This record gives sequence, C-alpha cells and structure tokens, in this order.
Amino acid sequence: MANRITIDPITRIEGHLRIDCEVDGGKVTKAWASGQMWRGVEQILLGRDPRDAWAITQRICGVCTTVHAIVSVRAVENALKMEIPLNAQLIRNIIISAHAIHDHIVHFYHLSALDWVDVVSALKADPKKTAALAESLSTWKLNGPHEMKAVQDRLKNYVQTGQLGIFTNGYWGHPAMKLSPEVNLLAVAHYLQALDVQRRANKIVAILGSKTPHIQNVAVGGVANPIATDSQSVLGVEKLLAIKGYIDELADFVNNVYLVDVGAIGAFYADWTAIGKGVTNYLSVPDLPLDTKGTKFAMPGGYIQNGNLAGYKPIKSFDDAYFHQGVHESAKHAWYEGKKPLHPYKGETVPEYTDFQDDGKYSWVKSPTFYGEPAQVGPLSWVLAWAAAKYEPGMRHLNRLIGIVESVAKTKIPLDALHSTIGRHAARSVVCATMVDNLQQQWQLLVDNIGSGDTKTFNRPEFPKGEVSGVGFHQAPRGVLSHWVVIKNGIIKNYQAVVPTTWNAAPRNANDVAGPYEASLIGTPVADPEKPLEVLRTVHSFDPCLACAVHVVDKENTETVKVQTRL
Amino acid sequence: MRVVILGIGNLLLSDESVGVRALEALRDGHDVPPGVSLIDGGTSGMEFLEDLEGVDLLIVLDAIRANRVPGTFIRLAGAEVPVFFRTKLSPHQIGLSDVLASLELLGRAPREVVVLGVEPLTFETGMQLSAPVAARVPDLVNAAVRELDAHGIRLDPRVMPVANLA
Repeated sequence: MANRITIDPITRIEGHLRIDCEVDGGKVTKAWASGQMWRGVEQILLGRDPRDAWAITQRICGVCTTVHAIVSVRAVENALKMEIPLNAQLIRNIIISAHAIHDHIVHFYHLSALDWVDVVSALKADPKKTAALAESLSTWKLNGPHEMKAVQDRLKNYVQTGQLGIFTNGYWGHPAMKLSPEVNLLAVAHYLQALDVQRRANKIVAILGSKTPHIQNVAVGGVANPIATDSQSVLGVEKLLAIKGYIDELADFVNNVYLVDVGAIGAFYADWTAIGKGVTNYLSVPDLPLDTKGTKFAMPGGYIQNGNLAGYKPIKSFDDAYFHQGVHESAKHAWYEGKKPLHPYKGETVPEYTDFQDDGKYSWVKSPTFYGEPAQVGPLSWVLAWAAAKYEPGMRHLNRLIGIVESVAKTKIPLDALHSTIGRHAARSVVCATMVDNLQQQWQLLVDNIGSGDTKTFNRPEFPKGEVSGVGFHQAPRGVLSHWVVIKNGIIKNYQAVVPTTWNAAPRNANDVAGPYEASLIGTPVADPEKPLEVLRTVHSFDPCLACAVHVVDKENTETVKVQTRL
Repeated sequence: MRVVILGIGNLLLSDESVGVRALEALRDGHDVPPGVSLIDGGTSGMEFLEDLEGVDLLIVLDAIRANRVPGTFIRLAGAEVPVFFRTKLSPHQIGLSDVLASLELLGRAPREVVVLGVEPLTFETGMQLSAPVAARVPDLVNAAVRELDAHGIRLDPRVMPVANLA
C-alpha cells in the first residue's frame, strides 16, 4: 500500500518548504517540493534607490544575510558597468569565504549530522576506543581519551535531566542508523567542538562587516571600510592579524576534523552513494573576483549537462552572456500568473493561488531552468565543475577525502559516487577545505595590496538617465545565487532574486520535468513511513536549513502521524 | 552583570518585525550603559551564540502569537519561557531555541531569560507595522527599560541635541 509523506514548514523565513512523497514497496515513487511562502520581497524593492537594495535583500533569509547583500551590490554594479577597487573585492571575498566556511560547518554538525549520528548510542561507547579510532584518522589536538570521556559525561548529564533539547527530535535507534557507539561519540565530541570553532568564522565577518548577523560595510561601488595601517579604529594591521589568527584556527579544524569526519562517516554509509542522485545538470558560477572588473576569479565555475564533465562550459565573467541569457523561470506549476517561462529581467510576481494540485500548481517557488532544463546547484555542482576544469586546489582536497573513505571502507570509490546524497555532503566538505585555502590567499592578497600603498575602497556610482539592467551572481554556500535588477532613471523598475533553494526546490517546470529535490527523492528507501529519516537525509543533503514538520498521510489522505522535525 | 537585549523578526513581513523595531527605538532613545548589548538578531541563529553565552539576563523582543487581541502586550518569564520555545508561538523559535539548547549543553546558558512581545495582526509582506502593533512599540521599549530597572540597571532617555530639534 502506498503511503504519502508530507514535510511541512513551521517558520516563515522566505523559501520554506513542504515535501510530499508517495511511498510504495518501501521506496519513494513520486515526490513534490512546494515552497510555502509567497515571494513578495521583490515588490518591496520597486521604486526604491538601488543603493539601498542590499540592506533590504539581506533580510530575505535568516541564514544567508551576507550573500544577499553581496550579490545585490554586484547586480547594481553590473548594471552600471562599474569597476570597484581591488581592496573592496578582496574584503568582500574574505567575508564571502568566512561566511561560507561558517555555513558549511554549522550545516554539517548542527543541522544535518544528527540524521546520521545516533546521539543516544554514544553513551555506550568506550572513550578509549573512540580516541584510538580518532587518532588513527587525524592529528587533531582534541581527540584524546580524556576529551572523549569528558564529552560522554557531559552528554550523560544532559540526557539525565530529561531535557534532550536540540536532540529531542532525533530518530534514535532507527534501523537506518549504522554507526558504532564509538563513531557516534566521536561525532558528538566534534559537534561540541564545532560550536566553538564556528564563531571564529563569524568573528572574521564581524570584524570586516562591522557586525553580524547583518553586515553594514558593503556599498554599491565598494565597501565602507576605511583602511589605514597606523590606526586602530579602521582596518589596520591589528585587525588584519586578528583575522589571520582566526583563519589558521579554521584551517586546523576543517582539514583535521570536518573533512575527516565526512570521510569516515561517509565510509560507513557507502550505500548512500547509490541514493539521491536526481538531476545531473549541474550549474555553478566562478567566485572570488581577483580584479576590479570581475573578469578573473580564484575559483572556477560553469555548467555541466547530464553529468558529462567533458562537455563542461565555463562561466567566465560577471558579464558572461552564456549565464545572462540562460536563466528563465516558469510559473506553470507555481502559484503565479504567467504561462511562458520568463527571463528574470522580465520576471513577474503576480500571485494566482490554487490549492495544492498534484498535477497543477502546488508551490510558491517558481521553476528556474538553464537553457530550458532543471539544474542542481550547490557545492556538488562546484566540485564537479572543478573536476572538469582541472582546478588543482579543489582536486587536492577531493582526492584526500576519497582516500579517507577508501581507507575506512576498504573499497575503491569512483568519482561517480558523488552523484548522491552522501556525495553532496562530501562535496560540501571539499568546498569548505578549498575555501579555507582561498581565504588564506585572499587575506595575503589584501595585505600585499594595502602594503603597496593602495587604500582605496570605494568608487562612487553614477546612475544614468534612461534604463539599464544588470545581474549579480555569487556561488553562495547553497549554490548559485543571482539578483537581477532593472533600473530606470536611478530607480528600481524590476528586481528578481533567483536563489539556490529556488533551483533545487523547484517544482516541475514548463515541460513538467521535476526539479532537483523531487528527482533526487525517487527511489529513496523508507524503512518506516512514520519515521521518514531517509527522506530527510536526502533533502538535508542539499542544505535547505529550514524547520519543518513531517506529516505522514496514507493514500486515502487520512493523517496518521504528525511528527515535527528539523529540516 | 552582562545583559543582552535581542530583537528578533523578519523586517520584510510587517508585524513579524516588531521585536527589531522595538530594539531600534530602544537604541535610538536611550544611552545604553556598558554591560548591556543590544542585538538586532533578524531571523538568524548560530551567529549570536557567542553573544548569548553566559549572560546574566537575556531579554528577547519578538512577535508572540498567543491568540490575544492584536497589539496585546505579552511578558513571559520563569517557567513560561521554555514553553514559549517549545511551542510555536514565535516564528523564530527554531533558530533561537537551538542556540539556547546548545548553550545549555555547553553549560553556558543565560542565567535568566525574559521574553517581551506583542500579539501580531498580520505577517503580510511589507516593511510597515500594522497600526495596533505599531502603537505598542513604546510599551515594549518601556517594558524592557523596567526589566533592566528591576535588575538595578538604569537606562536614561537620550537627550536630543538641540540641532536635531530645529
């Protein structure tokens, strides 16, 4: 008998999702991804000064404030064909990298690890064996038996208070949980250590961005950080050295803990390399611009169709016509008016709400396509582009990760294994480690540029009479983010944000082809429809970072179970 | 004594933003003494873990759905606070409750938490508060000031420079 599982939103940050699955014979046979929130932010921007847009767009999402601020100023600068000072690029790059590292660490340890790690099982672990295992994998300083014992004691006390808190909604003892008590304890120890480490990344953003969670320092035309090497109140030697210290701490953790944990845990769940593939068109963009025009980038990106790396097409600059012309959005299955897919400059946001119709409209998320086809975005898309582009800094970390998996699993792991649920986690850790290296480099470039006597951080924007349009893109932690702006006489005439979750959580498109979440869920095994852990694993692997409620409904649409969980 | 006043809410969803608006009014209208931090939390979570770590008093300003008349002032303290975070009174409870639970696990949770809020009328897209909720912002500010007063911390109204009155 087929069961229907519904994962529903409970908070109101933009982009919240509902996932519906039909389960038959223990596997998902049909899936729908539905955005449950009306996207009206674009309407707020109409008629405003383009220089103010970034401060408003960084409120779109609670988790990705920084990325919307950055990409908004990039869009306006692109429309004005502006160059921005090199210092401004580098300062933005450091903020972007630190934010991404923060996001990836928090996603793995605090938002998704508990799908794979059984916290309660960790209580049964032998701390000495845990330490021995950890020390065989990595030289990290906090892997010793005393540390593991202390973590286990802390966990015992916490569980004994009866308030499991963050751990309340876990599927402890679920048959799909496969780690030994020792590996579970190791993961819990690193969960706690990650709570400490993530703030180093946050401090970098705070020093340069003036504060977090909402940065204050970006501006159309550059950044508002005055630079002087001999003053403490502005960006000078002291602050730069503090940032360097934080970068080094992040590098230690990401290389010796995060990447290693993903490899080890991935090895125990090797069967998940065959689950969750879905859409194999992969879109990414280059990022960390190295010049004032945005034509040279530290990290490459581009498009891969049907998983064919040999056919990789690079995206080369902020002005790249191949990217600008390729993006359209369809509202055929979304609660908006409009029959034909539209380019974002022509995008409309006129609501047309119906009920949830399986074969009709069922989402507030439009369906973006790249040259007419759905595309998966995120760290996996980026890593595959790097493989195609032979980007050595990224390949080094990928090969290291694969080496760890192979040594623990004692089997060969082909590159194709990345097209999977566990592959998305693997790719995220590779991106994070590669970002750390790039963060080091961006810091050095900034120090060198300031050392050469360049202290410029801002070029004043000038708005022409008449109409101009531009796009800003960014390889955000969750994938390609783009803002599209049309400016008339210095005022915003149209504004569209095509966000990573829109690409991945897209409903069926104009040709009724399923989006990445939907496609990836087909065939996912579900051992117990009342505890759809496996569905959550695949959805979480995309990093939607949302809160959800799971409802399980049988074929006759009678609700049988209502479980709240974290998405 | 370390105190954090945290305004949370989405500025793009009308009454959802009342906590942030009250925080701004508090900051603009008062001289804030050392030891008291005002944070515009937006809809974030982990980013303010460090700010909340080991504080003596955390005052949260937020929209609170409690089935009251829109614009009703609501204060939650003591045993009501965990209930606030367990049930879905606030749209942000996931992010903030995760942060507080994480701090508890680390043994560094705030010693006292008070939640001050207003029953919202609407969460429509828009940057304006509805009239009944906007009218309560001064009450929310005063409630925060009284809360500090009860802990022996005085917040003086800021004397506006003459130039600004012209």
